[in-house]
Amino acid sequence: MSELLLEAKAISVKRQGRFLLQKADLQLHKGKITTLIGPNGAGKTTLVRSILGLIKTNEGRIWRSAHLRLGYMPQKLHLDASFPLTVERFLTLAGKPLADWQETLSLTAIDHLLKSPMQHLSGGETQRVLLARALLRSPQLLVLDEPVQGVDITGQAALYELIHQIRNQRGCGVLLVSHDLHLVMATTDTVVCLNQHICCQGHPEQVTNDPAYIALFGDQPERAAAMAIYTHHHDHQHDAHGKIIRITAKHSGCDDSCEHDHHA
Amino acid sequence: MPDFLLLALFSGLAVAIVAGPLGAFAVWRRMAYFGDTLAHSALLGITFGLLLDINLNLAVALGCLTLALILVGLQHKRFLATDTLLGILAHSTLALGLVCVSLFTETRIDLLAYLFGDILAVSVSDVITIGLISSCVCIALIFLWRPLLSITVHEELAQVEGVPVTAVRTALMLLMALVIAIAMKIVGVLLITALLIIPAAAARRVSHSPEQMAMLASLLGAVAVVLGLAASYFWDTPAGPSIVLAATGLFILTLLKPQEQ
Repeated sequence: MSELLLEAKAISVKRQGRFLLQKADLQLHKGKITTLIGPNGAGKTTLVRSILGLIKTNEGRIWRSAHLRLGYMPQKLHLDASFPLTVERFLTLAGKPLADWQETLSLTAIDHLLKSPMQHLSGGETQRVLLARALLRSPQLLVLDEPVQGVDITGQAALYELIHQIRNQRGCGVLLVSHDLHLVMATTDTVVCLNQHICCQGHPEQVTNDPAYIALFGDQPERAAAMAIYTHHHDHQHDAHGKIIRITAKHSGCDDSCEHDHHA
Repeated sequence: MPDFLLLALFSGLAVAIVAGPLGAFAVWRRMAYFGDTLAHSALLGITFGLLLDINLNLAVALGCLTLALILVGLQHKRFLATDTLLGILAHSTLALGLVCVSLFTETRIDLLAYLFGDILAVSVSDVITIGLISSCVCIALIFLWRPLLSITVHEELAQVEGVPVTAVRTALMLLMALVIAIAMKIVGVLLITALLIIPAAAARRVSHSPEQMAMLASLLGAVAVVLGLAASYFWDTPAGPSIVLAATGLFILTLLKPQEQ
């Protein structure tokens, strides 16, 4: 196993006499993508916030490797309309000199947005800007809380592909929070299924067949269909490398999925 | 120019300069009600100052600082929505201040001067106090500028990036308390928030960066002070309300600028 970046051991978080998180264990490794899934209210955000040191845990220990640099992409940004903040000014808050931005900007494809006010960005653009802010800190561990929120389905696939690329290029560890598994399966190394406590964890295929996972998410046919669609989509993306092909892959992916439905 | 007008001008400008950036934060962070609460408590500070026979500027500053710290503490408890909490504190402290003033002060104090300001009566020592506090707040703002912006954008992101969020937020509240203490002399308890909010709101329409908005707010505040004092001098209108009205006039002027895009 590669180098351990962060380990949570049996952490519990209790608020108003109720457990939000119970004896959860989590290990995050360099160069690995870990996806945290679970229904609403399962404590995903609580676990992430504990790991980031934003809230105190009631029990358990959290170990971080020495001088661990964290990049955090929050779920949402609530900026008052009265705050005149361009994307460029927002990114300067990460504290990296402008001269060293180019790689991050082209990776997240936000060059052309630098002069736009933050409040004018679309959902997908906002997420890419937030991701860029996290990347500008040259993180060893990237924590992404529901990164595809407010992004349409093609945008979601592109964003997951981007996260995959970042992991490959920079070799950082990634913790991804999602309430939905089928779209992230392709790139993820470990899936952790949470419902107050850790229900099951392992490789995506392993987890989807785990009784605990099925109990939590059900074994609905439409979900199975979505999985099948995705698996197909996934094969397609593995064949197609590079940006331009990715765009066409998106289109054909849509056609494929329609066809696939017929077969299924 | 008569001396009293010169002193008034100097103290008014000193307040307007720091009220600009702090007003911008009040607008961005929606702290207008917080400003009101601190301002209303200033009257209570005056009463204690008179009772204990200490410097009134100091008494008001201490009163505001204490209340700001209490608010920071109460906000962590979160058993009531912040605006409810502020509403309770704002009006209770104002009422308590009014009751205390009438009960405990033997000599009749000029209540109107505290409620609406008495900039034309500032003394040389007032001007020195205001100038000193204003410079200290300016220096603190320059040092804290980046962390202040960071926590205004996203507090948790700032914390993950290593900004001591609670300390910076407390510092902002304390700076605001200090500015309110010195602004009381200029526009009075009831109009302080106007001096913070209106120039910043006026600056919004014509700014493209936080720094630009903060500096323009200072500039517009300064212009409002000059116009208000001029109106007061030539037409004998009350100075504090005239300054606020001048700021409102500038705000309305910026509304005439066509919206971009």
